[in-house]
Amino acid sequence: MTVIEIKNVSRWYGNVVAVNDITMEIGPGVTGLLGPNGAGKSTILHMIAGFLAPSRGTLTVHPVLGEPVPTWRNPDIYRSLGLVPERDSVYAFLTGREFVSSTAKLHELANPGAATRKAIEMTDMEQAADRRIATYSKGMRQRIKVAAALVHDPEILLLDEPFNGMDPRQRIHMMELLAKLGAEGRTILFSSHILEEVERLSGTIQVMVAGRLAASGDFRAIRRLMTSRPHVFNVRSSDDRRLAALLVGRPYTTAVELTAKGLQVRTSDFGAFCAQIAVLTRDNKIALRELLPTDESLESVFGYLISSQGS
Amino acid sequence: MSAYLNPTIAALTLRATLGRRRAFLFAIPAVILIALTLVLRASRPGADVLWPDRVLGDFGFSVLLPLTALIIGTGVLGAEIDDGSAIHLLATPVRRGSIVVTKFAVAAAVTAVFAAVPELLAGLLAPDSAKLAVALFVGALVGSVIYSAVFLLASVLTTRAIAFGLLYVLIWEGLLSNLVGGARILSIAHYCLGIANAIHPDTNLNAGLSLATSLILGVIVTIGALILATRRLSAFAIQGEPA
Repeated sequence: MTVIEIKNVSRWYGNVVAVNDITMEIGPGVTGLLGPNGAGKSTILHMIAGFLAPSRGTLTVHPVLGEPVPTWRNPDIYRSLGLVPERDSVYAFLTGREFVSSTAKLHELANPGAATRKAIEMTDMEQAADRRIATYSKGMRQRIKVAAALVHDPEILLLDEPFNGMDPRQRIHMMELLAKLGAEGRTILFSSHILEEVERLSGTIQVMVAGRLAASGDFRAIRRLMTSRPHVFNVRSSDDRRLAALLVGRPYTTAVELTAKGLQVRTSDFGAFCAQIAVLTRDNKIALRELLPTDESLESVFGYLISSQGS
Repeated sequence: MSAYLNPTIAALTLRATLGRRRAFLFAIPAVILIALTLVLRASRPGADVLWPDRVLGDFGFSVLLPLTALIIGTGVLGAEIDDGSAIHLLATPVRRGSIVVTKFAVAAAVTAVFAAVPELLAGLLAPDSAKLAVALFVGALVGSVIYSAVFLLASVLTTRAIAFGLLYVLIWEGLLSNLVGGARILSIAHYCLGIANAIHPDTNLNAGLSLATSLILGVIVTIGALILATRRLSAFAIQGEPA
């Protein structure tokens, strides 16, 4: 079942293209929007949330009750959609409880008091709820924003970098909460530039790079794609020349270069190389002094996904 | 209009506007006006003095009222747009017209308290100026409403609303509308003076517009500003600039 449908959506600012011809469908459960900073994740989230008009293409949400509707200039959509923005701006002069309660009243809920208590309890903010938000840590502000976004029990929850500023305990709690909300049948879409966050939380991911959709679907399949890409390692050992000769004969090695600082090895199979290099050196009595992957930045992983998609 | 007033937004706006000791800041010009009146009353007593027209008309209408309205009118919504907290208000199904009207009502009421009421008090303290005080009070009340609508619109249109407002008050109203007669039809200060002068005719007020003209233009400007602000807020984009 598709809840959010994005068809050929682009968004540009003057000559700068922030999002380029994206098509994706997002259904119930937790979906991670992964990509490096500046990839267009926030732009997509803002468009889904109705706070930015697509320059081209169509974007609709499909509430359980009712017809598919666009989100731009449609305030009624917020009856079934909650948003947790990345920007850390809240009404700092209110207490957490007053903030969530005000949001409940703005949603014209029948029992704003009960809804407020429930949302605060869900986000584990009972103890700090009666303190002014100005005194909150960044992680606590994130959680009270989530409470406010959940107070009207929305079908769709959008979160822009929700784990920023959270300590490990808060992070785990938030992950458990989002997983629970997803398991209940809600559509949870969150953005992150941290692979591990997405890996732990979502079965489905959308990978964005430079405004384009680089990969989409089941996380495990994309993770395999990421790890099976060509990798480059710098290796130093007690006998680089002999190790080079041994590596050349292995199926997972695609190239070996002898440099002044040791060996530079290219491998087509990350897992096999990492498993075998230790065995190979031990069996041949070569001391392994350094094994350093050279291109493990997220950007290089995303770059690979883009190039593999294009080929 | 009451159907458009949202009590939750009104309460939030009042706390944001008057909190953190801002009320004391707004009260400073009013205190200056009243203190000036008391000093002049003590130093120049008598029934034939002209200073009440100057102090209440020039300082009260040309400085106190527009500057108080500028700070409050641009702050009630503009401050939230600038710091990003407006998104929490806008991510709810509340009608945009309701947000604008409620913010406008709060701005007009707070401006009236900090500009129109001090004008009345100062007028009552000045010698033989009770009728003038009432006339200027009514004019200032009307001014609180019109200025609030215009400055609220400015805060939705641009992040430089304060600069726009200062230019309007100082250049357009303070200079051009006194030199060029035609400029008065777009001067809120002259709408207020026109209404005050109709209640208590006084040549020293230099009113350049009739009561009817002042009222009609005041209504058009206020309603027009609120409609435009609502349309602009309906197209609010998260980076702060409507698309």
